[in-house]
Amino acid sequence: MKHRDYIGAKLGMWLFLFTEILLFGGLFLLYAVYRSVYSREFHLAALGLSTTLGAINTIVLLTSSLTMALSIAVLRQGNKNASIACQAITIVLGLAFLVNKYFEWSGHIHEGIYPDSPALLSRSHGEILFYGLYYVMTGLHGIHVIIGMVAIAIMASLTYRGAVSAENFNKLENTGLYWHLVDVIWIYLFPLFYLIT
Amino acid sequence: MDNNFYNTPGNYPGMFGWIFSTDHKRIGLLYLGSIFTFFLCGMTLGLAMRLELIAPGTHFVTAQTYNALFTVHGVIMIFLFIIPGIPATLGNFMLPLQLGARDVAFPRLNLMSWWFYIAGAAIVLFSLFSGGGPPDTGWTFYVPYSVRSGTNVSVAVFGVFLLGISSTLTGLNFITTIHRLRAPGMTWFRMPLFVWSLYATAWVQLLATPVIAITLLLLIVERSFGVGFFDPAKGGDPIMFEHLFWIYSHPAVYIMILPAMGAVTEIIPVFSRRVIYGYKAIAFSSLAIALFGYLVWGHHMFTSGMSDESRMIFSLLTFLVAVPSGIKIFNWLASMYKGSIQLDSPMLFTLSFIFLFSIGGLTGLVQGALATNVHVHGTYFIVAHFHYVMFGGTVFAFFAALHYWYPKMFGRMMNEKLARVYWSFLFIGFNTLYFPMFVLGWQGMPRRYYDYLPKYHTGHLISTIGSWVLATGVLLMFFNFFRSLSRGKQAGDNPWGGATLEWQTSSPPPAENFEKIPEVTKGPYTFR
Amino acid sequence: MGHDHPQYIGHTKTYVVIWLLLLGLTGITITVAGMHLGAFSMLASLLIASIKASLVLWFFMHLKYEEKLFKYMFLIPVATLTVVIALTFSDIWYR
Repeated sequence: MKHRDYIGAKLGMWLFLFTEILLFGGLFLLYAVYRSVYSREFHLAALGLSTTLGAINTIVLLTSSLTMALSIAVLRQGNKNASIACQAITIVLGLAFLVNKYFEWSGHIHEGIYPDSPALLSRSHGEILFYGLYYVMTGLHGIHVIIGMVAIAIMASLTYRGAVSAENFNKLENTGLYWHLVDVIWIYLFPLFYLIT
Repeated sequence: MDNNFYNTPGNYPGMFGWIFSTDHKRIGLLYLGSIFTFFLCGMTLGLAMRLELIAPGTHFVTAQTYNALFTVHGVIMIFLFIIPGIPATLGNFMLPLQLGARDVAFPRLNLMSWWFYIAGAAIVLFSLFSGGGPPDTGWTFYVPYSVRSGTNVSVAVFGVFLLGISSTLTGLNFITTIHRLRAPGMTWFRMPLFVWSLYATAWVQLLATPVIAITLLLLIVERSFGVGFFDPAKGGDPIMFEHLFWIYSHPAVYIMILPAMGAVTEIIPVFSRRVIYGYKAIAFSSLAIALFGYLVWGHHMFTSGMSDESRMIFSLLTFLVAVPSGIKIFNWLASMYKGSIQLDSPMLFTLSFIFLFSIGGLTGLVQGALATNVHVHGTYFIVAHFHYVMFGGTVFAFFAALHYWYPKMFGRMMNEKLARVYWSFLFIGFNTLYFPMFVLGWQGMPRRYYDYLPKYHTGHLISTIGSWVLATGVLLMFFNFFRSLSRGKQAGDNPWGGATLEWQTSSPPPAENFEKIPEVTKGPYTFR
Repeated sequence: MGHDHPQYIGHTKTYVVIWLLLLGLTGITITVAGMHLGAFSMLASLLIASIKASLVLWFFMHLKYEEKLFKYMFLIPVATLTVVIALTFSDIWYR
């Protein structure tokens, strides 16, 4: 009963991505609502975020999408080692993103800005909600980055063992789709949190 | 029939060959067993509630326990029974057969769906006996009480989250299966209408469930970290919780009803010996209901404090969503017109479905109109409405479909004489239990109350007696189900004379479904 | 099931070009954020973000080269989310 349906497998992965869009969609809905109600306070709160760090993270993730896409292209061209290298670089870039995020979060927590903290509660409502959304949305996104890195690591191992190859690459391609979606979500998070004027 | 999927050994010995099976038929039966176990649990809780309400005053349970009873009754019936319901059981079993396929697109994912279901159910049940005890917030978990309640809300809600994953994965699997695994010659418009209904349902499962997932996660985060999204003291809006909650939970009711309508659409042509009237109308109305179902959630929130503009928009959309359902009813009736009606048990349950669902649907319009909504919101009128559509509708259709497909799944016929007996218990019991609730609600009896004013006593008394009659019917039906497994008359491949592909293979089917994948040259309801 | 992959066309150069475009757009969006556009500022940033997202979807995620089915299907969650947000705002904006 074994058969390979390449298009079916890809369809399944896209359908899964749709669920992720709706999952984050609920959070984007909350963001949209509260930003429209508290626009001035959101702007005020956003000043507390470092645009530079946000921009670096954006560049890191965009580059990781490049290396991810390249990893499939070079594999299909027959270059297994280059593919594994690209996958490894993607993971390293993901790690860089998380390290950056760690510094950002620790910075805020050190200043006493975290959910339910006295310092945060003394601020305006809009600022409280801004930081609530910041932690929850970048947190959920960060969890997805971790999952993606694990998935790519597994793919690298499978590529090394030949289970993923130029003839049989759809697992890697599907993993790539997931990783690109994680990038797309950040593409929206960046301006919404770091570029509010 | 010796070459059937029961006799074919699984990948593992004994019981493990079932609970680790990737065969859609075994998975469907695993769901069937689980779902009916939880139905009985939920039914017991319902009976306990009705017993407490038999007369004014406190009798058997405290107010706190009563709150837990209606919460857990709702959570079990909705998330453990009716949402997985027809798709996970009969959908899993019949979809590949009706398509002429050997299995679903992702058999291992299918197994994982069941395990997520079991894990979610286990965690929900665990929440009843641990921590602060069973949740008492109502199955709707509205803030602020769900944030402040000392009961085990986070654990229960996490269990529901896992159940949501199960549902989403099933939807993903079915969409891919229907796109990719149709038999040669089976174009979209030669598919059985049950498949169309599963397709529409699958899209709702796929796109709506993630919204409840994030909502429940946010509730857990709120209880644990106090972020403030729904807390006015921190600038949040409790109505946003309601929006997020109902953005899923309204489409969820279409997850419940669409497969039921699909099953009924299978049964009517077979038992009227006529081709279905308006195939395309029924197919497209399924898609229309799925689509419009996303646009009406606000009608659960008319008295919450939403703007007038949004209430008018949601009310209008609510009236529109009734139209495709109405189209189906007309098509079903037209299909029976001048047909040769065989009143076997599947048809008996189907006809009562049409009657009960119509009552439920029409009372929905009373609720959809803004002025009357203010009067009935939060009363027993609502309770009656949703039991008529969910129980009188979906569950009666589920019973119909069980009787219809029983021979295919088990190779035996259920006892028809006994079926007529418990059908009358079910029909009479159901109406006795729920119809008085319309009257009680209209007279002002609020829902989720453990006690009431003496003037409501008569209605409640009748209702409680109805619950006993209904429960008797359910138990008799279970008895027939299990007894017929060993004592039922042997069924042939096609005891009802159906024309869809599942009847072209043996009862029960072999492990690979078909000896040879059939080639399809005509539509699914041609009997002549 | 054999080779149902279409003849492989090398996309490597395309990917690098798209990546440069994405970096450029990132620069643009940061610059635009520094300008005083008032109410249009959010619209501009969302527009640029959507262009970036579309580039990722179309090229990195291969949507350009996929069957029509995938292209149409992608519109479904987008439409769903749009409608849901719009209907919610019919409440929020008119309270």
